[in-house]
Amino acid sequence: MTIIFYIASIIAIIATAMVVTGKNAIHALLYLVVSLLSVSVIFFILGAPFVAALEVIVYAGAIMVLIVFAIMMLNLGKASVKNEKEWFSIKAWIGPGILCLILLTEFIYVVYSAQFVENNMTVIGPQQVGVSLFGSYVLGVELTAMLLMAGIVGAFHIGNERQKEHHRFLQKENEV
Amino acid sequence: MMQISMNMGLLLAAILFLLGLIGVLTRRNILFVLMSLEIMLNAAGLAFVVAGAHWMQSDGQVMFIFILAMAAAEVSVGLALILQMHRQHKTVDTNVLNVLRD
Repeated sequence: MTIIFYIASIIAIIATAMVVTGKNAIHALLYLVVSLLSVSVIFFILGAPFVAALEVIVYAGAIMVLIVFAIMMLNLGKASVKNEKEWFSIKAWIGPGILCLILLTEFIYVVYSAQFVENNMTVIGPQQVGVSLFGSYVLGVELTAMLLMAGIVGAFHIGNERQKEHHRFLQKENEV
Repeated sequence: MMQISMNMGLLLAAILFLLGLIGVLTRRNILFVLMSLEIMLNAAGLAFVVAGAHWMQSDGQVMFIFILAMAAAEVSVGLALILQMHRQHKTVDTNVLNVLRD
């Protein structure tokens, strides 16, 4: 089980380095998803299956899709047409594909070998996390709810199309 | 075995955090800056979960859930800001945001 941890760690580091040094935003995003998936495998090995599932669902699912939508809306000009041609080239997906294949192999091995975690490690399941979350940390849950509400309202307010603030006579000199 | 796993987990979290920090400091495309911020938050959560697994408590996972919610709120506001920046300056380069300096 230790060797799986090391393989997943190396995949995480490689994928993160590719994100930081990448040129194309979409390709970097693919590598970021691979990095999050490998961190999820590490969570599973450490005996935290609930958090591993949350990492896949929320981080690699929801947040990455949000960034994909933002990149689509930005539509970064001339380069996007050229990227469209490169989209199906083998260079674009071979790196994340290989890393994901290694992770899938690890996952299949972990599921089909009966030993889920190290022998001297205990699995902390969703029930224990839920009892702790709504027991001693209930104030934190309330604060998180307020933070999420503020985030939604703030995103809606900032993302709104601004109305014209200047008079039309002043418009010319304010154009930058 | 366990001790190695904890040290290595914290080392991995430190490496990931460092990579994210390098990204934040060096990249000029603001989308990459946002992605590097995600990497840094994820590394912090990894450190929490590793510590929680070491002491066999669920507190680390609870903290990771809080970090997750905070990252979701942060990325939504950040993407709205990026869209507004792209609308007003027609670019996602942070070097053009020097209106206050001039």
